[in-house]
Amino acid sequence: MYITLIFLGVIMATIIGWLLRQTLNSQPWVSEAADDAVSGTSMDTSTKAVALMTFLAVATSVFGLFISAYTIRMEGPDWRPLAEPTLLWANSAMLVLASIVYHWTRNAAVKGNMEQVKPGLTVAGALTILFLLGQIVAWRQLIAAGYYVGLNPANAFFYLLTAVHGLHMLGGLWVWAKSTINVWTGADSDSVRLSIELCTVYWHFLLLVWVVLFGMLLST
Amino acid sequence: MAYVSIADRDHEIEHHDPQTFITKYVYSQDHKVIAIQYGGLAILIGLVGMILSSIFRLQLGFPDTFAFINPENYLQFVSTHGMIMVIYLLTALFLGGFGNYLIPLQLGSRDMVFPFMNMLSVWVYALSVLILIASFFVPGGATGAGWTLYPPQAISPGTPGVDMGIILMLVSLAVFIVAFTMGGLNYVTTVLQARCRGMTLMRMPLSVWGIFMATILGLLAFPALLVSAIMMLLDKTIGTSFFMPAMMAAGEVTDYGGGSPVLFQHLFWFFGHPEVYIVALPAFGIVSDLLSVHARKNIFGYRMMVWAILAIGGLSFIVWAHHMYVSGMNPYFGFFFATTTLIIAVPTALKVYNWVLTLWQGNIHLRTPMLFAIGFIFTFTHGGLTGLFLGNVTIDLPLSDTYFVVAHFHMVMGVSPVLVVFGAIYHWYPKMTGRMYNETLGKWHFWLTFLGTYSLYLPMHYIGFLGVPRRYFAMGNTDFMPDSAITLNTSMTISALIIAATQSIFLYNIIVSLKKGKPAGGNPWKATSLEWMTPDTPPKHGNWGHELPVVHRWAYDYAVPGAAEDYTPQTVPASEVPVGRDHGVDH
Amino acid sequence: MPLAIALILLVIGSVVFHFLSPWYFTPLASNWGQIDDTIDITFVVCGIVFVAVNLFMAYAVVKYRAKAGSRATYDPENKKLETILTVVTTVGVAAMLTPGLFVWGEFVNVPDDAIEIEAVGQQWHWTYRLPGKDGQFGNVDPRHMTNDNPFGMDPDDPLGQDDVVIYNPEVHLPVNVPVKVNLRSKDVLHDFAVAQFRVKMDLVPGMETYLWFEPTVTGTYEVLCEELCGIAHHTMRGAVVVDEQADFDAWVAKQATFAETQNTVAGNAALGAAQYAVCAACHGQQGEGLQALNAPKIAGQDPWYLKRQLQNYKTGLRGTHDDDIFGKQMAPMAATLFNDAAIDNVVAHIQTFPDNPSPATIDGDVVNGQRLYNTCAYCHGKEAQGIQAINAPRMAGMTDWYLASQLKNFRAGVRGEHPQDFYGKQMGFMGRTVHDDQKVNDLVAYINTL
Repeated sequence: MYITLIFLGVIMATIIGWLLRQTLNSQPWVSEAADDAVSGTSMDTSTKAVALMTFLAVATSVFGLFISAYTIRMEGPDWRPLAEPTLLWANSAMLVLASIVYHWTRNAAVKGNMEQVKPGLTVAGALTILFLLGQIVAWRQLIAAGYYVGLNPANAFFYLLTAVHGLHMLGGLWVWAKSTINVWTGADSDSVRLSIELCTVYWHFLLLVWVVLFGMLLST
Repeated sequence: MAYVSIADRDHEIEHHDPQTFITKYVYSQDHKVIAIQYGGLAILIGLVGMILSSIFRLQLGFPDTFAFINPENYLQFVSTHGMIMVIYLLTALFLGGFGNYLIPLQLGSRDMVFPFMNMLSVWVYALSVLILIASFFVPGGATGAGWTLYPPQAISPGTPGVDMGIILMLVSLAVFIVAFTMGGLNYVTTVLQARCRGMTLMRMPLSVWGIFMATILGLLAFPALLVSAIMMLLDKTIGTSFFMPAMMAAGEVTDYGGGSPVLFQHLFWFFGHPEVYIVALPAFGIVSDLLSVHARKNIFGYRMMVWAILAIGGLSFIVWAHHMYVSGMNPYFGFFFATTTLIIAVPTALKVYNWVLTLWQGNIHLRTPMLFAIGFIFTFTHGGLTGLFLGNVTIDLPLSDTYFVVAHFHMVMGVSPVLVVFGAIYHWYPKMTGRMYNETLGKWHFWLTFLGTYSLYLPMHYIGFLGVPRRYFAMGNTDFMPDSAITLNTSMTISALIIAATQSIFLYNIIVSLKKGKPAGGNPWKATSLEWMTPDTPPKHGNWGHELPVVHRWAYDYAVPGAAEDYTPQTVPASEVPVGRDHGVDH
Repeated sequence: MPLAIALILLVIGSVVFHFLSPWYFTPLASNWGQIDDTIDITFVVCGIVFVAVNLFMAYAVVKYRAKAGSRATYDPENKKLETILTVVTTVGVAAMLTPGLFVWGEFVNVPDDAIEIEAVGQQWHWTYRLPGKDGQFGNVDPRHMTNDNPFGMDPDDPLGQDDVVIYNPEVHLPVNVPVKVNLRSKDVLHDFAVAQFRVKMDLVPGMETYLWFEPTVTGTYEVLCEELCGIAHHTMRGAVVVDEQADFDAWVAKQATFAETQNTVAGNAALGAAQYAVCAACHGQQGEGLQALNAPKIAGQDPWYLKRQLQNYKTGLRGTHDDDIFGKQMAPMAATLFNDAAIDNVVAHIQTFPDNPSPATIDGDVVNGQRLYNTCAYCHGKEAQGIQAINAPRMAGMTDWYLASQLKNFRAGVRGEHPQDFYGKQMGFMGRTVHDDQKVNDLVAYINTL
């Protein structure tokens, strides 16, 4: 549980620290003109971006808890590490590339260069789909090699963690699909740009999660 | 971080003006309708939970008298009662119900920032309730593993509902968490991004603070329940051994091996303890507002109240293992968790002091909502103090798993928040419906509920001191339990039945007053916060007519010296306060 | 005003209730007086806060109730007051926490001179193990668990051979000697709790937990399972008998070691035939039972169950209740089996009889019976075949009128009331949930169909 504690400690400290800074120097019963003028928006960013950040905190909690459970369960006497297929390296490369291409696409979108956005978005999505297909092939290789899910907690965790990560990836692809359709049909570039920017953050986040998970799976 | 300078974000909120009855009341995206859907469904399922409790109280008060209660359905009722009350009633009602209703209205927003997701949230919640109910009608019935669902017994033979019952329970929880997350993202984002001009964080009513912090706790803590539910589902369905050790079941050696039941408990309580505050913090916030409005006085120590909410929220993540002192975890953890647990008592006690000090030098109107609020202070003080017994690791040794624990958590997170729920419903009923409830019936409801619950739970602590364990179908003859304890149990059961019957007064009152209640007007309590400033009562879709309100002061300007009225609404600029006779000293 | 009066009365009432309540901690029978002291300190601190806060509130409600023309005082905050309250609260919390942590430190560290025993929990039964002469426990593993080796002891571990195994919910302990109780579960979570000793701890399958205490008063104390362990959780009772050292030693000497339980001589059916002559008069030549003489069928019944009941009759756990007319007839018959070998022999002889289902004599609603049987199935099995590991005997194909009469006996407390008849007591709990005789008939009618 230490890992969860650290994750959540950081998140909670950030939230509470931020809230305290908003509140420490205020005497709310004194009516101040400066206060009257403020807009009721705490962050200088879009609403959707705030929602995404909140969601990433939730996802961090989910993965942090899984990782905690993993490290605790790992100490059991029946833990038999499984041989990760080499394919996972190739999959990881796909995901890294997807993230890079997404970032590149985002930069293009911010500059309003929609002609670059179209191929960029397509390639980023394709790489992500390749990653997911690669994960499924890796599962099949493991099953063929006799690493069944119920046989050993290490196996069970491998399938569970990759599945949960994959599901998050699929959720991202849904948003990606929407923005891709919008880009190709030439919809309002403002909302598309926002969607691409947020997706980029999400892709980076899931890449980071994958790197942590992969590192943990490899090292144990 | 500085506030952003642009003002009107009306364009960011999508509007879907309702056209027909269906879009207005069923597929509605209006936060107020969603709030009432959430609240109504939560109260409905809460009534089911209450009936379940009446049934198993009958067995405890009159052992072996009623043929329809057997050890199997006793455990199923106990388990489902707990789960319903904690999750499907209180969490849903405070956050889905009051959160939805109050956040946009008290912050001067048109709606939640993602109304469609908000609507999905309530429908997914309804689905989770349906799955929960369905678990009673599958072969084997609902789970009887206790609301804590501890493995191995939750999924091994010897416990009711180990087949479909527990699977549906876990699926229902997972679905609930999805619903909550959709709602929660909305509440957090709305509080951060969609307040009206002038509404600084420190001008927010404490109701919103409590709901806001509780939502943050929920968003970060519910994943622990999700993770443990998923892992237990896998243990049950495909035979993994996350939580299941090498063990026997029904006389046979199982295929499980190596898993850790204590790991589940860590995950469960990592959710379970913040859950207490997910229920308590909104209650804290709401009761502060009730006290202030009906005592006609500013809440005492507003800043301390906000910081206490933050401190309690933060600390609530590092106290979970005080539920596990006798679970077999490393006993040295006891030192750490006892210390953190007792530390959390300090901000909590400060909140109690500040509530009482708000009454001091107030101008107290004992209307129904105020009765419930003061009743809350009494029961919460009681429940909080017994928490100091259980949180102190040594004292937990004799008291853990006894009726003392049951009495404690019913006082602190059953009775107390429910008193606030009732107070809040009476308080905002005029705003929600445009009519007043019946004051006489409201007072009857308060007195019977308040005195009834105390006469139920005070003696229960002493049954616990005696050493009677919880979740026992029957005690039988034992040396250490005098026969008089049975009589005491009988009296407790009678109290429970009276309380249950009393709730019909409440239902009658809120249903009949819908048609028969006196028209309430826009601000019957002469309150200052924004929800009482809406152009229409009940507020229409979009809440504020053409123009969003602008806030010039905090929500607690009651009896401001020099002002003509004893309340100054948040929308009144400093320069426009009507001046009246000097009210500097009154008492 | 009524509210203030109510608050004051509730405060006074709570305090009076506390001091007058006959329901409070049971008299202490262990060294853990410090736990009671910590509770007293907590009571004082919390009691003062409870009384002070609520009386203050009641006073405020009276003094500052709304009056015509009155108005509240504008009072946003008072830093000094809040600081004082914070400090006072912190001091109060520290006053409760400090002794708590100190006592917990003592609980965590077992004294060096403590003797060790092991309590093993299973659904819904307590058993115990003592380390034997070598003072060390042998290895255990769930994979070794069988009906003949219920503790799952490693048969090849030399340390385990002399372990004293007590397959019975009652254990004895010497007075004034610290005891470390190692706790182990065979299936689900359980919790070892004795109200008079104050301490408790969960039993967790897959790991070993412990608690320690020093019994200070001789007597018999009830062990309760306090962690929900399934349908019969409330029937999982045991007993700790605290003896003088000499009595304890004598008791230990009478208990079997693991090696002894593994090397028992099988009963001799041929020798048992002679003993059976007495039984045959009522139970029939082939153990088929005879209703006219109120003798049930015994052919086909589980041997472990027959042995246990014969022992119970001999030792007076059964057949001593005034209303148990037929049990009282059986008791002297069982007494003719003068030692364990004789019991083993006669039971072995009974095993040679053909097992023909008893004829049905009771009518009832089978559908209702099936519904009622759900509860029974947890222990006796879905087919009423009996499960030795749960100590539940076979009922299918046995004498139905006897099942009915025994269920009524359990319900009425005619059977299972002897304090040492733990299994009978469990059945008493369950029997009391079958309220009327029609339900008994329905149940038995259903069992007849199995």
